[in-house]
Amino acid sequence: MLSAIIAATLLIIGSLFCLVAAVGMLRLPDTLIRMHAATKAGTLGTGFILAAEAVAADDLGTTIKAVAVIVFLLLTAPVAAHLIGRAAYHRGIHLFDKTWIDELSETMKNTEGDLNDRQSKPTEIV
Amino acid sequence: MIVDGQAVVQIASRLALVLLLVSMALAFIRLVRGPQAADRVVALDLISVLIVAFLAAYAVYAGDTSFLDVAIAYALVAFLGTVALARFLLRSRRAERAKDNRKGGKC
Repeated sequence: MLSAIIAATLLIIGSLFCLVAAVGMLRLPDTLIRMHAATKAGTLGTGFILAAEAVAADDLGTTIKAVAVIVFLLLTAPVAAHLIGRAAYHRGIHLFDKTWIDELSETMKNTEGDLNDRQSKPTEIV
Repeated sequence: MIVDGQAVVQIASRLALVLLLVSMALAFIRLVRGPQAADRVVALDLISVLIVAFLAAYAVYAGDTSFLDVAIAYALVAFLGTVALARFLLRSRRAERAKDNRKGGKC
């Protein structure tokens, strides 16, 4: 009975976090801020729901699988978010009007363009 | 008052499934509306995380833990897909810039 109540609570909390992530996805003003909602709240909500499955099943194998998925999500979500954010910034997204710190643009100006842009180097010599 | 624990979990997992479907619909609206390609990639990333959560909640609802294996496999594939889409965003930008440079060099 106690484990059922814990599992139910974890399920509701996790799905509410997922709902918050989706609402933030819809309502926040620019790509990078939306990514903040999607990555953090989405991963936290999914982690809660997987923990609920581990509590509800009450089985060692299931718990190990759920922990494996949580660890995998915690490892991959920052990597994916970093890649998307970098790609989006280099592509030239519109930043929110009230953005007042943009250190990457200064860095890119100082190194004269994109450091990672190896493709365009040979064409500059011609 | 005696409440059956199984019934509590059933009701909670059904509510969780509905909430997850609603949030997937909201993310899908962003996927359709997103003004730029990066917005759509972020929306797809969120939808894939929500699908993993949905699979876990359905495993609780059905009482069948083999849905967790599906969740593991889907999380792996979704991460690869997100990385591929991010590299596609970067690659198409590079191709545009290389084309611009070539045009500038000839003039």
